[in-house]
Amino acid sequence: MTFQKIQNQAKSEWETLQNNTYILIGTATCGKAAGALATLEALEKELSRQNVDAKIIQVGCMGLCYAEPLVTISKPDSFRVVYHNVTPELVPRLIEGYIMGDDPCLELALGTLEGGEEEAPYIPELSRFEHELRLVLHRCGYIDPANINHYIANGGYSSLGKALKMQPEEIIEKVKNSGLRGRGGAGFPTGQKWEFCHKAEGEPKYVVCNADEGDPGAFMDRVVLESDPQQVIEGMIIGGYAVSARQGYIYVRAEYPLAIERLEIALKQAEELGLLGDNIFGSGFSFHIELAMGAGAFVSGEETALMAAVEGEMSTPRPRPPYPAQAGLWGKPTLLNNVKTFANIPLIIERGADWFSSIGTEGSKGTAVFTLAGKVNNAGLAEVPMGKTLRELLYDIAGGIPKGKSFKAVQIGGPSGGCLPESLLDTPLDYDSLREAGSMLGSGGMIAMDEDNCMVDVARFFLDFTTKESCGKCTPCRLGTLQMLHILEDITVGKAEAKDLDLLIELAEDVKAGSLCALGGTAPNPVLTTMKYFRGEYEAHILEKRCPAKVCPELTAYYILPDKCERSCEHCVLTCPTEAVKGEKGEIKVIDQEKCVNCGTCMDVCPPEYNAVIKLSPITQLPPEDLAAKERGIAQQVA
Amino acid sequence: MIGTKETEQLIETLSSYSKERKNLVPLLQEVQAKLGYLATEAMREIASFLAIPEVEVYGVATFYNQFRFVPLGKHHARVCMGTACHLARGKLILEALERELGIKVGETSEDGGFSLERVACVGCCMLAPVMIIGDEIHPKMTPFKVEEDLIPYKQEFQEESSSEEQAGEH
Repeated sequence: MTFQKIQNQAKSEWETLQNNTYILIGTATCGKAAGALATLEALEKELSRQNVDAKIIQVGCMGLCYAEPLVTISKPDSFRVVYHNVTPELVPRLIEGYIMGDDPCLELALGTLEGGEEEAPYIPELSRFEHELRLVLHRCGYIDPANINHYIANGGYSSLGKALKMQPEEIIEKVKNSGLRGRGGAGFPTGQKWEFCHKAEGEPKYVVCNADEGDPGAFMDRVVLESDPQQVIEGMIIGGYAVSARQGYIYVRAEYPLAIERLEIALKQAEELGLLGDNIFGSGFSFHIELAMGAGAFVSGEETALMAAVEGEMSTPRPRPPYPAQAGLWGKPTLLNNVKTFANIPLIIERGADWFSSIGTEGSKGTAVFTLAGKVNNAGLAEVPMGKTLRELLYDIAGGIPKGKSFKAVQIGGPSGGCLPESLLDTPLDYDSLREAGSMLGSGGMIAMDEDNCMVDVARFFLDFTTKESCGKCTPCRLGTLQMLHILEDITVGKAEAKDLDLLIELAEDVKAGSLCALGGTAPNPVLTTMKYFRGEYEAHILEKRCPAKVCPELTAYYILPDKCERSCEHCVLTCPTEAVKGEKGEIKVIDQEKCVNCGTCMDVCPPEYNAVIKLSPITQLPPEDLAAKERGIAQQVA
Repeated sequence: MIGTKETEQLIETLSSYSKERKNLVPLLQEVQAKLGYLATEAMREIASFLAIPEVEVYGVATFYNQFRFVPLGKHHARVCMGTACHLARGKLILEALERELGIKVGETSEDGGFSLERVACVGCCMLAPVMIIGDEIHPKMTPFKVEEDLIPYKQEFQEESSSEEQAGEH
């Protein structure tokens, strides 16, 4: 079949769909977690109960995670409406209202996809979308990821057709001129990498897609693979053609079962249409892709460790050079790029290098995809032109900090990145500005923190992660990070001395300089940035045994103010998981500090009109008997 | 020790792979998916199938977080320890599960009812903190909710074991 025919077929299938009423429901991992499957079941039941014929299509994620489950109703003669937080109870109302009738139920809608309705906002005009530019995400949530025709009908695979008519050198030139840099985090110029691999001697060559998204708090690659996997496959085939490789691998983490399932379907469908396999479009070029499943090792995201993993070895890195482009998989030249890097390729081929390089900043072209989580109102995904500021992302897109709390820091780039304070909120988000601030773009995972988060605890958390994930091959990373962790633990329990801070910095610099790969090389970043921007918090822990955010359990105690306790209410007594709150009905409630595990349940359940539970730090603010009990409790935990 | 049924499954799995070194991790993954864990005998079989030293199989298996060497409980509980969950006090959820189940992280309860594991980010950051039991994600957890959410699983396990006991008596 020629591509023209394939495209016509896909377009007619898409048009038929648009001429009918259909329902989209987001069932990516985040949608599922929010209860989308129960909503899906309710939709199916209600449609059959009402005997209504409307197709339900499971789609990926629109990036509006805070509003899941999301349901879109599309009618041929009317505007499309997106409904948010759709529980099964709302389903009959939607079906009777908009599918069977003409009431668009705008009171349940997030907005419409066609403009003109006064009651509901036009979604592309929601204030967050004014700041966004969706290129890689633009089909996510609107097409069926398990139907290649949806991708083709919306522009997919035409770039491959174009690319196969070009010389490999022309493609590489185009990628170089676009200014695209690796989206995995380090930001190496993609075109240059392609050129190295193209020129490298050795046969066969390989293409590898790094889908081992390991940063805790980053999930954009998962969303891309679950929502629109074909664009990644198309980018890989073009990459294969440009460097003359015939075999590709997608290394995807086993923790992403849905992404794996949708990739398997996508690969099979591409093969069936002859877009992947032997003699693609009669060009004489053949390319095959296999999935390789990661088995859970953070270090596998490092390129040389990833290749060891594909080969079935322990996933440990090796020194570079030689770079993968020269000697990669099984010692052969290998083109290795991240999911989003490959996803950008069809766009560059289609719309040109000049168009692409007109987006972004001087040194960072195109868009960046961020996941926004932690203490923000509208958690989710955003794709913005490089160079937007942190402030725009956190406030205009993610809706700011909830519950009227004050912003403290934002952590970017996971365990390799850093924590940036309020004073740096106007930092433009691009590779170079972030590196200058001591962080990195990394995977693009962004976690906001407020006044209730302790920065020493955050640094300790990341170091705990890196020590567990260090592969153990080189000493600075294996032992250096562990020593750093020990110091941080001492600080959080109030056992550190002032001189430990200097030692911590010294160790951090050594680990940074001496580690074999980027895991160790960047592991100290969370410590160095928190010490640089929040040194006062470290000093309070050490000198005053006080945790300013009242988080560290050894330095913080929960206490019920006797004169505020209402006595007749028993919320705290009944919900305390360790039965640490004592007091009969009508008596003042007291926390047994020895049994208390600092979970804060009592504080959460104490009715706001009483507000009797407070946190104290340092713990010496407790009355003497309580303090003695607290100290016994800490001693028991240590034992 | 693994039984005859498991041995058959193992042989069947091995026969669907070619004897290439790159198949080691996929083999370990499939064997674990079928048996629920990597039994010592299974790893020995894989070593001899791929003609590589046993220690290499064990080395690779212990390197990756995904592999387990003890059977899981009937209900496998995982607690997310990603950044967002940590900030939302995910550690308290883990501690609450340890208390409620009477086991530590990485252990399986003696009656085989529950096992507990910590995982690094399942990508549901906006629902933090989360725990996952079986395939079910429990969002926005609190220590109190852990107690509540565990009740149906505990009941189910108790009912099953008592009906098995009865079946055994007959």
